Amino acid sequence: MNIVVCIKQVPDAASVKWDHEKGTLIRDGVQSVINPFDYNAIEAALSLKDQLGGKVTAVTMGPPQAQDAIREAMSMGVDAGVVVSDRAFAGADTLATTYTLSMAIKKLGTVDAVLCGKQAIDGDTAQVGPGLAVRLDIPCVTCIGEMEVIGGGKALRVKRMCEQGYDIIEVAFPVLLTVLASLNTPRVPSLKGKMRARKADIPLWSADDIGADKQKIGLVGSPTKVFSTHIPKFEARREMLQGSVEEQVEALIEKFKEAGII
Amino acid sequence: MVTVDIEKCVGCGECEDVCTFGAISIVDEKAVVDQDVCTRCGACAEACPEGAIEVKGEAGLSGQDRVLEDWKGVWVVAETRHGNFAPVTFELLGKGRELAKDLSTELTAVLMGKDIKAQAETLIVRGADRVLVVDNPALENLVDDVFARILARLARDEKPEIILAGATAMGRSFIPQVATLLETGLTADCTGLEISPDSRNLLQTRPAFGGNLMATIVCDTTRPQMATVRPHVLKALDPDPSRKGRVVDVELEKDLFNSRIKVLESVVEEVEGPGLTDAEIVITAGRGVENQKYIALLEGLAHCMEAGIGATRAVTDAGWLPGRAQIGQTGVTVSPKLYMGFGVSGAIQHLVGMQGADIIVAVNKDPDAPIFDIATYGIVGDVKEVLPLLYQRICQERGIEDA
Ligand SMILES: Cc1cc2nc3c(=O)[nH]c(=O)nc-3n(C[C@H](O)[C@H](O)[C@H](O)COP(=O)(O)OP(=O)(O)OC[C@H]3O[C@@H](n4cnc5c(N)ncnc54)[C@H](O)[C@@H]3O)c2cc1C
Ligand SMILES: Nc1ncnc2c1ncn2[C@@H]1O[C@H](COP(=O)(O)O)[C@@H](O)[C@H]1O
Repeated sequence: MNIVVCIKQVPDAASVKWDHEKGTLIRDGVQSVINPFDYNAIEAALSLKDQLGGKVTAVTMGPPQAQDAIREAMSMGVDAGVVVSDRAFAGADTLATTYTLSMAIKKLGTVDAVLCGKQAIDGDTAQVGPGLAVRLDIPCVTCIGEMEVIGGGKALRVKRMCEQGYDIIEVAFPVLLTVLASLNTPRVPSLKGKMRARKADIPLWSADDIGADKQKIGLVGSPTKVFSTHIPKFEARREMLQGSVEEQVEALIEKFKEAGII
Repeated sequence: MVTVDIEKCVGCGECEDVCTFGAISIVDEKAVVDQDVCTRCGACAEACPEGAIEVKGEAGLSGQDRVLEDWKGVWVVAETRHGNFAPVTFELLGKGRELAKDLSTELTAVLMGKDIKAQAETLIVRGADRVLVVDNPALENLVDDVFARILARLARDEKPEIILAGATAMGRSFIPQVATLLETGLTADCTGLEISPDSRNLLQTRPAFGGNLMATIVCDTTRPQMATVRPHVLKALDPDPSRKGRVVDVELEKDLFNSRIKVLESVVEEVEGPGLTDAEIVITAGRGVENQKYIALLEGLAHCMEAGIGATRAVTDAGWLPGRAQIGQTGVTVSPKLYMGFGVSGAIQHLVGMQGADIIVAVNKDPDAPIFDIATYGIVGDVKEVLPLLYQRICQERGIEDA
């Protein structure tokens, strides 16, 4: 089994602060962490390896510091990792990202399974997984809540969660899956894993290394562009109801009537 | 990829003549394709008298297709679940009408499914000028690859300038595949759409960084412009049975319907009341609800208000409510008309999943709880006192016997 897990380094939501005057993100002191869902993707990849054997490679596109994310994945048991990193990748939207990741994955050889998180908490698009599947020309199942190997290791039975319930789906390898947090509980790094990760040599692949078409990467390869941004204001709506519990409940009932809720 | 069957090729040069991109040359009496220059437009394959040229795989858009003015019309992808329309479909049609008017163009709904044709009229009543119907037994369940292939195919044939779909499990699963097949831009999870008067581009507004920032995105170099849109943020039009429109049956070749995934069963879970992301009212349990007894009371309140039940991670971790009820960064995002949080502290990871609600009501015994910063109405009090009282009063107002 050749298993690839795509992980992304994202700003830690708890450390992100906003400059409400200027309408910008305060970048000082923002810590980077692995996207929460990607831990579940790592665990899913490792569990496939536990059952079917093979190798798990973590891939991330990002700045050279993203090596930290790869090291953390390796401390959990991932065999190898690569950071796809080049100035030319900057400004990539999901179309350019899926192209870049697919070129890197192709360089790794033929894959049997690609695991992605359901979505990245910074971009929140949930588009990279399904888009990458198209680039790699393999089927994709999103939002997996359960996963079971069937057919003597040739296929998977998965549970795809949706608004009204779920679908039970069978799909043969190769396949790309995007995973939910409820799929599994990520294992904790082992001491041995940590030591190995610290010493590991994690390559940085440039656009040329992966043979990328310069027209399809970074800002140039991104059809969507940010036109403007603003910080939404919430403060204005704040109103504390007053009085005893009974009076507050009554006040709320009045507000509901005004709003046509009851 | 464009391939030449060397056996069949006679080196006549017809393909070389029709290739606008100069991607084909005749070398040693055989056609050779420069893949880097080739745009896979397929003109050569059509011109070849020997049938020696084949365009394989999902062809990207050719350079000519990218002439933006050639792309006209607004499309909405209709979403059905077990034969019923998802509410977001009507919301998209409402917005689609506006956009089509601004662009002086037509609004088309694309309806794909099994035994679905009879529903097409509803889409006209809800605002569509035209409905493209692909009715096929293979489309009974969401087989993403097939839905994606078909929509991409229709878009290539008809060249709409805008395609909108719901930011639902279904839309967010197969629409990114369509955008990749068409090699165009897709903006996820939009909360606002309008046409720029100067450029006629679609201005797509969406939350970024978990809702702390709103970004307006344009896709100005490729077509179609694609967006998924959050349920509940757009207004549906009232049904108008006098509206007229056309229903067009689309016949497609069989092999487009082959899927690589097999949906064995599609289960509708019996949840009380509306599903969380569809609900107009969401009632959320936080750790401050303290125990199962009050969860049951919250469920009673939800029943009485026809609300969906949500939870913080503290509550789903405790197993008081199932994981799918979790709202926030690692759960679902809701944007109901009314959100009510009971014993929710208001951690940023939770807030990012619900701050799009129109009205936020928070009940917490700690006056400094961060959720009060974003609450429309705050009640400082103990859930154990507030909840029973509120339940009783709402039941009264709604004329429901309280249980
Ligand atoms: C990577 C990551 C991802 C996360 N993702 C999510 C997510 O998606 N969704 C999510 O919800 N959380 C998420 N969390 C967890 C989040 O940080 C908070 O821990 C969680 O939201 C807290 O839930 P809570 O408000 O129910 O509990 P608490 O923070 O414990 O708050 C309980 C509140 O109830 C009040 N209270 C207690 N008793 C009463 C009473 N009797 N009456 C009235 N009020 C009372 C208290 O004053 C307190 O404010 C995530 C955390 C991390 C690190
Ligand atoms: N730059 C990246 N490098 C590696 N994987 C990524 C990257 N961006 C997104 N992904 C993967 O795609 C998933 C969905 O991300 P997104 O579509 O950005 O919400 C993430 O959980 C990752 O598994």
